[in-house]
Amino acid sequence: MDDLYRDEILEHYRRPHNFGTLPSPDAMHEGSNPLCGDRLTMMLGIGAGGTVDAVAFTGRGCAISQASASMLTDGIKGKSLEEVARLGAQDVLDDLGIEISPARLKCALLSLETLQGALADRVAWQSPTDPT
Amino acid sequence: MVAIDPQRIRADFPIFQRDFNGKRLAYLDSASTALKPRVVIEAMNDYNARYSANVHRGIYTTGEEATAAYEGARVKAARFLNAPDSHEIIFVRGATEGINLVAYSWGRQNIRQADTILLTELEHHANLVPWQLLTQERDADLEFVALDDQGRLNQQSFEVLLRTRPRLVAFTHVSNGLGTINPVREMVAMAHDAGALVLIDGAQAVPHGPVDVQELGCDFYVFSGHKVVGPTGSGVLWARKELLDEMPPFMGGGEMIREVHLRRTTFNDVPWKFEAGTPDIAAAIGLGAALDYLSGIGMENVRAHERRLTEYALEVLPREVPGIKIYGPASPSDRAGIVTFNLADIHPHDVATLLDRDAVAIRAGHHCTQPLHERLGEAATARASFNVYSDRDDIDRLVAGLQSVQRIFSRDATAAAPVAASA
Repeated sequence: MDDLYRDEILEHYRRPHNFGTLPSPDAMHEGSNPLCGDRLTMMLGIGAGGTVDAVAFTGRGCAISQASASMLTDGIKGKSLEEVARLGAQDVLDDLGIEISPARLKCALLSLETLQGALADRVAWQSPTDPT
Repeated sequence: MVAIDPQRIRADFPIFQRDFNGKRLAYLDSASTALKPRVVIEAMNDYNARYSANVHRGIYTTGEEATAAYEGARVKAARFLNAPDSHEIIFVRGATEGINLVAYSWGRQNIRQADTILLTELEHHANLVPWQLLTQERDADLEFVALDDQGRLNQQSFEVLLRTRPRLVAFTHVSNGLGTINPVREMVAMAHDAGALVLIDGAQAVPHGPVDVQELGCDFYVFSGHKVVGPTGSGVLWARKELLDEMPPFMGGGEMIREVHLRRTTFNDVPWKFEAGTPDIAAAIGLGAALDYLSGIGMENVRAHERRLTEYALEVLPREVPGIKIYGPASPSDRAGIVTFNLADIHPHDVATLLDRDAVAIRAGHHCTQPLHERLGEAATARASFNVYSDRDDIDRLVAGLQSVQRIFSRDATAAAPVAASA
């Protein structure tokens, strides 16, 4: 159990990587954890080649959700949108490298859900068939 | 008044015999749901094992026994609330269903366009969302009594809002978020003077002290069985008989009818008019056993016991846990057995997860009071709450657990400074 709060997780919590905002994001989404009302906003800057050139997140949350967002945003920098879209829950859990109880799964996966929301928003925004 | 001996009480609750990695459970989440004593479990088992039958139907021994036990539980509930008539007790699944019943039945009959329903910023979602649904449907208005900085209702705000002549005032007896005990009797009198009916959400009050609906003078009162050491799926709506007689049924079906024809139906008398379908018979019988159990201890004694624990917690937590922030009324006399808090720079989810390792169970989150948490400026808080089986040892283990959480989070002292957001 102590491993849940191993040094690497706490370090990401105290000094989260990519914490902040982008001045003009190409994709953006706010996710929330219904369990506690924690909110997370993720912003992506997308380059001409369809790669994630910049990423930032803001919001308050527990050590698990903040560390997960910190690690996830580190991991997607420079990746193509297709690669990012393929990321699944297991990738996030592997990154965290800790045993997550079912009750805390939503905390661990909030960052991924928010990222997927940002990608979906971008697709909807770009799609010529979409009336919006 | 007799001092409660929690050690003797705990012998009545089988869950304390379970071993949690060599530790006894320190259950500090009774405001969410209370633990169940053996007498409640046995009363439910006894019904299922010995006289399982439907109520108000069977012309045979077990059917008559089941009906007698179910209706006996109704009489016990009436006595527990000092209701003048046991026919004023309607069995529901919990406080939530009780409030929804009033909203859908009384509310749809009586709330018209531009009418006002007055609530407070303290309410549990169960005493907020049903009224949102009703006022949206009826194009009516909701108003909210403001809180002061200690989480007590601002009585001046209440007086001002009563001038809107609300049709109904609905508020909690005891706040599940902060433990605030509201001055119900005074507020009911003021609301009646302004011409409003009053519904009281008693979910957090009934478990913690004597409640007398005649003394309070309210019109509707609801509580959940599972918070008074009874079963989940049990609960009570009490309302004045003349109101219930006028209210249309909430749900249609068997049991609630007198005569059914293909195109019209006449309804059963109160309370059965509001109990369509086969009820949760075992839960009602279990609730009756729970109320007997608490009456045996004495609700005055329960209140005194929880007051002492709350005083102890409010004294020891700030002293032993530096950086703890406690929300709600400062005086233990203004709050029931609930202590809501946060540790600086540590999220309550992390606190709860680490405490669980020591078999200390607390609640972390918004406790179904998101508007209250908006008012507090916190997305989430941690909450410890007490019941008859709680004792000082539970609080001492909470203190030790919180100290250990702080040690873990400050392991690397050089990195402990929080990083400022660049936003």
